[in-house]
Amino acid sequence: MFRSFQQRSWLSVAIWVLIIAAIVAAPSVLPVFRLNLLGRFLSLAIVALGIDLIWGFTGLLSLGQGIFFALGGYAAAMFLQLRSSSEFPNGIPEFFSLYGVKQLPLFWEPFRSPLFTLIAIWLIPAVLAAVLGNLVFRNRIKGVYFSILTQAALLVFFNFFNGQQKLINGTNGLKTDVTILFGQLELGSPEMQRGFFWLTAVVVILVWLFLRWVVRGRFGNVLIAIRDDEPRLRFAGYNPTLFKTIVFAIAGGLAGIGGALYTVQSGIVSPQFMTVPFSIEMVIWVAVGGRGTLVGAILGSVAIMYAKSLVSEALPETWLFIQGGLFILVVTALPEGVIGWFRGDGPRNLMSRVGFSRPISTYPQLEVDGNEEVQP
Amino acid sequence: MSTIVSGSRALLELQDITVSFDGFLALRDLNLSLEPGELRAVIGPNGAGKTTFLDVITGKVAPSSGGVLFKGRSLVGIPEHRIARLGIGRKFQSPRVFEDLTVQDNLALAVSRSKQPWTLLFGRMSAEQRDQVHHLMNIVNLQPRADWRAGALSHGQKQWLEIAMLVGQDPDLLLVDEPVAGLTDEETDLTADLLKSLAGDHTVLVIEHDMEFIRRLDSPVTVLHQGHVLCEGSMDQVQQDPRVIEVYLGTTEDDAQ
Repeated sequence: MFRSFQQRSWLSVAIWVLIIAAIVAAPSVLPVFRLNLLGRFLSLAIVALGIDLIWGFTGLLSLGQGIFFALGGYAAAMFLQLRSSSEFPNGIPEFFSLYGVKQLPLFWEPFRSPLFTLIAIWLIPAVLAAVLGNLVFRNRIKGVYFSILTQAALLVFFNFFNGQQKLINGTNGLKTDVTILFGQLELGSPEMQRGFFWLTAVVVILVWLFLRWVVRGRFGNVLIAIRDDEPRLRFAGYNPTLFKTIVFAIAGGLAGIGGALYTVQSGIVSPQFMTVPFSIEMVIWVAVGGRGTLVGAILGSVAIMYAKSLVSEALPETWLFIQGGLFILVVTALPEGVIGWFRGDGPRNLMSRVGFSRPISTYPQLEVDGNEEVQP
Repeated sequence: MSTIVSGSRALLELQDITVSFDGFLALRDLNLSLEPGELRAVIGPNGAGKTTFLDVITGKVAPSSGGVLFKGRSLVGIPEHRIARLGIGRKFQSPRVFEDLTVQDNLALAVSRSKQPWTLLFGRMSAEQRDQVHHLMNIVNLQPRADWRAGALSHGQKQWLEIAMLVGQDPDLLLVDEPVAGLTDEETDLTADLLKSLAGDHTVLVIEHDMEFIRRLDSPVTVLHQGHVLCEGSMDQVQQDPRVIEVYLGTTEDDAQ
């Protein structure tokens, strides 16, 4: 991991040049429909970056990021619904009249404020993640038990949101694309969508820079130490619960931001954001891109989602098989993901397999001391 | 905050510690005290409760009854990381280093005085701490491996890295569990010298099977048997003790020749 610094920096520069070039070129090259899809996938990349922080670096496999993703989406959608509700009876969103609700539920009120909404989008998921996470971490629930608990929490939230017609339109979700912002533009208009694409692209890069700062240096080293050997870290005087709670909250907040950006670009938020398969897909993006690489999370989510939309248009039935095959491929052949493969010995191994082996620069070491085994 | 127990100047005192795992007594009425600056070896056959006894001191296992006093303050019920911050460091039986971090980064975590997320996120390492990391790498001959993944080190190097991490933590009490398991004779001697040089400034408790190593430490020895202190004394005294010979089925004599 630490041997090929030159190779790594060369690779990172190349990837970033490509990403920036793609983002800058996209609006003029892609039709609005495709640009909008790319914008959505970049919002998913924000969620994936958060997953990389907690899973790739800290070793916490959360299968419940959909909760935080949906909460961010709902926060944004509630604000937008209220913006467009003046022409409806009682000045409240239209769907309420379907269920005979005359008065706006109290928790909707603060979402009239744009400032509150902008804060709520990340703060509510982050606080919820901190509370849930802390309860789990302080009881030293780890590994697969943590994953199961996050999935169970996801199901609870899904069922709750799905059943609350009178509060948030239940299974139908909240639509946002007819809302008019800045006085004239409909949210679904090409101009607005182009704007959201730029916003999402900038947020992805800012989030990437932020996480890079978090994972480099001693804080990041503590995260890796938690992944390696959490009990040992306690005996060095560190409290893993605190660090895990913080990164889980960060990942929750990022999922919320991603959810809000996704919602404004897809035009709707619904409990479908909290289905079990969707949260598992998020994990697959990171696994395929490369855990613990950050940039792999971005590439993984965008590439897989793009492939998904292209394949689904051409051969709708095959996508699930391709996705399953991809996951099997990563687990068996590329455990470090695509970026991890490039950063590691992957290219060199491939070269030597096809006959271009370079001589290794160190002598093979003889095992001098015979009693390597640990005595009981 | 801490209540000083009058009349006692022991750094660590275990009082009638009993640990029961589902009825099995891993430790029973164990009493032991360590003076500041002391070097103490603990030996005992397999299953004598040596590791459990470290687990009790470091907070990993709560005693079923009895008390642990460190600097006059009770440690029972305090979480592991707080006990570590009070000044107790522990080296594990099989080396446990953070394999995905470099040698340097492993030591940097140990040396860091603040263990709080905010300081680690916003603060930089002081020049003094950097020097300390380099100094530690020099002591254990890992300077050339500074940027290696710790997981790529040999077994002996991992042992030493962990000892260096322990020293870097600068605890008042070092608990060292089988530091020379799997080391060469030469490395074993160096480890003994290192531990001896640490005693005085620190209090060191060493658990070992290797009798030659214990002899080299030249320290008082406590023999544990079935969760109980069997006897204490110098290595020679202990080896003459018929109870010890019986416990070890006479093998100690052969080992110590």
